[in-house]
Amino acid sequence: MEIQLKLNGRPVQASVEADTLLIDFVRAHGCASVKRGCETANCGLCTVLLDGKPVLSCSVLAARAAGHEVQTLEGLQQEAQEFVAFIADQGAEQCGFCNPGYVMNTIALLRENPDPTDDEIRAYLAGNLCRCSGYEGQLRGIRAFLNARNGKEGK
Amino acid sequence: MLTIKRYVRPQTLEEAYTLCQKRANVVLGGMLWLKMQDRTVDTAIDLCDLGLDTIEETPEAFRIGAMVPLRTLEQHPGLAALTHGAMARSVEHIVGVQFRNLATVGGSLYGRFGFSDVLTLLLALDAVVELHHGGAVPLADYAAAPYERDILTHVVIPKQPGAVAYQSQRNISTDFPVLTCAVALRADGVRCAVGARPMKARLYQGDPALLAGGITPESAAAFAVSIAAEAAFGSNSRAGADYRRAICKVLVRRALLACKEDA
Amino acid sequence: MAELKTVGKPARKKDAMNLLLGKPAFVEDVTPRDCLVVKILRSPHAHALIRSINTDIAMKVPGMVAIYTYKDVPNKRFTTAGQTYPEPSPHDRLILDQRVRFVGDAVAILAGETEKAVRKAMKLIKVDYEVLPAVLDPHTAKDNPVLVHPEDNWEALCPVGADNQRNLCASETCADGDVETVLADCDVVIDHVWHTKPCQQAMMETFRTYTEIDPFGRLHVISSTQIVFHVRRILALALDIPKSKIHVEKPRIGGGFGAKQSVVAEIYPAFVTWKTGRPARLVYTRQECQIAGSPRHEMEVHVRLGADNSGKIRALDVFTLSNTGAYSEHGPTTVGLSGHKSIPLYTGGLEAFRFGYDVVYTNVQAAGAYRGYGATQGIFAVESAVNELADRLGVDPVKLREQNMVRQGMTMPAYYNEPANACALDRCMARCKEIFDWDAKFPVRDMGNGKVRAAGVAMAMQGSGISGVDVGSATVKLSDDGFYNLTIGAADMGTGCDTILAQMVAECMDCDLDNVAVFGADSDASPYDSGSYASSTTYVTGKAVEKACTQLKEQLCALAADALGCEPGDVEFAGKAVRCLDGRGEISLADLAVKSQCANTTAVQATASHSSPISPPPFMVGMAEIELDKETGSVTVLDYKAVVDCGTPVNPNLARIQTEGGIVQGIGMALFEDVTYDAKGRIIEDSLMQYKIPTRLDMGHLQVEFESSYEPTGPFGAKSIGEIVINTPSPAIAQAVFRATGLWFRELPITPEKILMGLQAKGK
Repeated sequence: MEIQLKLNGRPVQASVEADTLLIDFVRAHGCASVKRGCETANCGLCTVLLDGKPVLSCSVLAARAAGHEVQTLEGLQQEAQEFVAFIADQGAEQCGFCNPGYVMNTIALLRENPDPTDDEIRAYLAGNLCRCSGYEGQLRGIRAFLNARNGKEGK
Repeated sequence: MLTIKRYVRPQTLEEAYTLCQKRANVVLGGMLWLKMQDRTVDTAIDLCDLGLDTIEETPEAFRIGAMVPLRTLEQHPGLAALTHGAMARSVEHIVGVQFRNLATVGGSLYGRFGFSDVLTLLLALDAVVELHHGGAVPLADYAAAPYERDILTHVVIPKQPGAVAYQSQRNISTDFPVLTCAVALRADGVRCAVGARPMKARLYQGDPALLAGGITPESAAAFAVSIAAEAAFGSNSRAGADYRRAICKVLVRRALLACKEDA
Repeated sequence: MAELKTVGKPARKKDAMNLLLGKPAFVEDVTPRDCLVVKILRSPHAHALIRSINTDIAMKVPGMVAIYTYKDVPNKRFTTAGQTYPEPSPHDRLILDQRVRFVGDAVAILAGETEKAVRKAMKLIKVDYEVLPAVLDPHTAKDNPVLVHPEDNWEALCPVGADNQRNLCASETCADGDVETVLADCDVVIDHVWHTKPCQQAMMETFRTYTEIDPFGRLHVISSTQIVFHVRRILALALDIPKSKIHVEKPRIGGGFGAKQSVVAEIYPAFVTWKTGRPARLVYTRQECQIAGSPRHEMEVHVRLGADNSGKIRALDVFTLSNTGAYSEHGPTTVGLSGHKSIPLYTGGLEAFRFGYDVVYTNVQAAGAYRGYGATQGIFAVESAVNELADRLGVDPVKLREQNMVRQGMTMPAYYNEPANACALDRCMARCKEIFDWDAKFPVRDMGNGKVRAAGVAMAMQGSGISGVDVGSATVKLSDDGFYNLTIGAADMGTGCDTILAQMVAECMDCDLDNVAVFGADSDASPYDSGSYASSTTYVTGKAVEKACTQLKEQLCALAADALGCEPGDVEFAGKAVRCLDGRGEISLADLAVKSQCANTTAVQATASHSSPISPPPFMVGMAEIELDKETGSVTVLDYKAVVDCGTPVNPNLARIQTEGGIVQGIGMALFEDVTYDAKGRIIEDSLMQYKIPTRLDMGHLQVEFESSYEPTGPFGAKSIGEIVINTPSPAIAQAVFRATGLWFRELPITPEKILMGLQAKGK
């Protein structure tokens, strides 16, 4: 079937199978940042924004995304760059395989709640598994970003 | 692996209803559970064009479209006020925000999943589901009925006064629950639902007389024992029946006491 | 010693920003989409012989290219354990075998144009199995009439006590002193068995490999592996082709933790490509990872610990029963660490020890290498025994350890008589006690509503590489403008070794970290390295980096002397330039680089290898505070503090993250991660939905500090960090649970159900 959607700001028209999953669709369209870590909707690696909301692209049909806007990390480089540098300063990227998923979800968090508490960060990112970092460094990085930004705004 | 031959977005409920009469066709909810099944679907029926993704508030009730995601329930101020925060508490442990942005209330109820937190809470809230052909059906009846070939369009939560509390026990924070429990204090008495037994949630009467003198630590404990005695429990990989019965007494008691504190 | 400029500094990982921004980096990102899809048909039976297998109908599915069965593969046994040859793990595998040995064992390899075609074909293969009785209980495996490996061509290359006619993968006993006599003389003997499960590494990137034939007709393998050189050797053996025909490289790796120290996925697409000549890729599903991966060895560790009433630990007798599952991978070696990396912690006043083990074959998923590598299991047992002793004697477990722990300068009889050259374990304990506020938190505190808070402690050690075996190598080369290329065969699996080793180059060559470009690992291009495992890379390969830099400096001085018209002895290397000692001239590195590329006969590229006769242990102390709900059995980890002695932390940020990540994996092992089987031997926890690793809501707050010793044999005084960090949570949390409940849990994970039912049984 033919579908049309907006991928990272660009209109895309493509032919898909009825059961093509959004994750496979976006990976086939140049968005290699979107990763698959499980088959059971548990890991959060495949997080994309669908009409601005974070969703698991492994559980969305490409057909269902037709007519909607899909964003991956490829399309949000600038927004991500602002805060991921602080995570890099902690070494908390580690293997990097889970990074795009939790970076996308952090973008969603910060749009929804620009000044979250540590507990709010933990709760919002609970669906993003990471096996390397132990999470604490990711939190330190996000906290350092917020502190730096708030400090700047304070001035 | 899930195989889907055809994907359609019906433009009317009647069209969706007609399509879902065929055994090989299936209505899509959030697709989270469907996706994990190893089956072939002839036509996947997506209700996304039917305007079922909104929450309407009337003086008597909240009418929630079947396609409303759990995340919307979690963040809805009206539902938060009505349930004294129990709505958010019932869904906030379900995997993650991205998951809850997809999982729909309609899919959660239609599935009658044993692990369903949502079913547990909505039972205690005396909810009614609306089926396109079947009309309004009390959720307690719906949950006990076999899978129907109808379109679940809405769930209606009546605005009944009184405290509500939700408790669940999980082995790890975002896992399936080992037991769920919702208690609503209503004018006509206590509504108590227990789920993830691991069988699906249902309402239990308990011995209401035990609470006649009001909710105290002692009366709450005694009532919880009566619920645990009435409910059936089973075992799965997450816990055994004996453990579930033991914590049922704790969760029901704690929910009652939370209601009391709240009231 | 001059002050260090780059080593010891928290440099950003060189690949950090690109990883965080999701740039293509991993196998599936950097290999062509258009290639054969490879999948494996797996056995539904724990033990069976294939009577017949019919692939005719399956091959008729449009798009199917090949299906291979046991009839198509070489009959030469090998092991997939990524170990130095000859491997201690017996050679007991074929690519496909007529006998299947666990639920999930490979039955057929399918290759087709699309995933859909292959999945469809898989359902159409008809297999007739003769189902055999299975060995599912490790206790009855030894000398069981049912043999997991009855075949004639099973072979143990090393004397590890293996005997396939007894279901034994390894067996040994060693001792120092007369342990029975000392135990008989002890005032107190703690005597129990501790049981740990075959936990999964659960790295976020599952096993995956891409293969193609390169323009030279060689097999080019791009794989997510920690061991490019071992992959080359093992593939050659399995496929029965010359090693010269194989080229293995790794891109970025999405986590390994030891899982990718075995050749789990590589063989199948390699076989397909070699047979068909076509590019092929196999990506394991998470389910395959969980049922046919390479998890931790399930172990039962029997400890008899003898002490006198004053708290002096006098004897340790440890016997480990290890379950290697259907194949031998890492069976004979992991088990050794269960004793050799636990007993030496109590070298202090120990008069005698004995350590014995059996490693048995059973019909369950084969185990492999997982961070900690047997030490984790042994330390859970021995540290728990020490905590039980403290309770029995009514003494503070911190004081008990201070009384008995190994200290710098001691020789460790249970650790192959190696000396503790560098040991800050005592300082780790003192510091951890302070930052944790042990004296306030060890007493059990009732929080009301059924909740109590309690604390526990544990120590740990590990090694730094495999002594006398591991080889690390590095090539350092001067390039245009005076930057350096560092080429290694060690594998950065996210840990940051590319950056850490580059920091060492920057330190040795007195330049900025940005001036060092790192490449690896590639079996054709990299100098030989055993690979990244056994906590070896910083310690072993790091030393090779140091040596290579020393050699390169000599080359640069020779080349500069030539340019400056003097003798090499008259110049010195000064970072950005080489200058005459008498101050009469200098030549910049950039100019040297130019000179090196024109009419030059002096190499400006040095390769050095290193191997260490010893494996200096890092040491660590961990303390856990939990809140336990006595009405539900729930345990919440509130606080975990750890102090580590890894020698010099080369990059404190990365060392800290390693520690935090290891602690959270350890918390998972202690409380959540379970592996159970149904009656037929099928694993129940076959997905991340059922096998629950900690989320960020399940680990409390972590704080990590370092108390550094200086290891004289390590680069810049460094020891290892990668593995030790997973070892303390299980015993520390088990002790905290005991403090809260009065119950010792000797089997992991400690679930709310076990706790509550235990409390109820105790109350009766």
